[in-house]
Amino acid sequence: CGGRRRAAMLSLDFLDDVRRMNKRQLYYQVLNFGMIVSSALMIWKGLMVVTGSESPIVVVLSGSMEPAFHRGDLLFLTNRIEDPIRVGEIVVFRIEGREIPIVHRVLKVHEKHNGDIKFLTKGDNNAVDDRGLYKRGQHWLEKKDVVGRARGFVPYIGIVTILMNDYPKFKYAVLFLLGLFVLVHRE
Amino acid sequence: LRKNLEDFTGPREKSDLAIVSFDIYADILNGEKNIFDWNVKQLFVYLSVEYSTKNNALNQVVLWDKILLRGDNPRLFLKDMKSKYFFFDDGNGLKANRNVTFTLSWNVIPNAGILPLITGSGQLSVPFPDNYETTKSY
Repeated sequence: CGGRRRAAMLSLDFLDDVRRMNKRQLYYQVLNFGMIVSSALMIWKGLMVVTGSESPIVVVLSGSMEPAFHRGDLLFLTNRIEDPIRVGEIVVFRIEGREIPIVHRVLKVHEKHNGDIKFLTKGDNNAVDDRGLYKRGQHWLEKKDVVGRARGFVPYIGIVTILMNDYPKFKYAVLFLLGLFVLVHRE
Repeated sequence: LRKNLEDFTGPREKSDLAIVSFDIYADILNGEKNIFDWNVKQLFVYLSVEYSTKNNALNQVVLWDKILLRGDNPRLFLKDMKSKYFFFDDGNGLKANRNVTFTLSWNVIPNAGILPLITGSGQLSVPFPDNYETTKSY
């Protein structure tokens, strides 16, 4: 009954299909789905190890580095200890106690003989340096505040993440569609 | 790539402050080709100083920067420029510092891809004065 099967796939009676799938097929699809998720997580963890950064890919959230980077651009980071922080580099850092990472450029570096580094940052598009952004009483950033150094970037793609963040309904719609696709897709 | 400068240092209660003026004559190239190829969106050009002090093994301060967009002239011919940012030391290590090195560098921002930092040839090392300027007050 090839014709009937084809008609079932084409029409929106996929719900019937799901019901007709016996338990084995359902488990198979769930395992398939689990495998995809695990592989994605493994790739992400692998990236974390290779780059040395807890967050190897970040999305630019503000316009403070324009015209180089715009909201929605994707940055690829490394955070290798062997690479010391130097002026001109684009660093992604977190201010103590705040969640949101900031992407700015290093303006000043003072490194002690024992390797301790303190540095100051500024956004290309800002008129003043970042001291106003730091914690009260904090004048410098240190290695521990750094998430990574930007080594490469791709424009626009991160907009999806921003949209999912700002419009939760969009996020659920995307997840729902993904789930639907995996369940309905026949290998 | 050449830089000329005149400078004098002024004392602040805690840290040395240097007032620097400079000329920049530079030609930013990518080997033989034009630096602004199809994948270069802009160049972030900056003048930085590097020096060592008793307190710190390494100090780097950006004095001036400029964004060159695709289409701008990669030849810089700037005279009598003043530093954009305050040149404070972390301490008093500028006075009588024998070796303050001025370097012009640039960050290539592509349309997509790697973000290299390139240092220009023609760095200039300068000794700083032994005394503070006393005629000006800040």
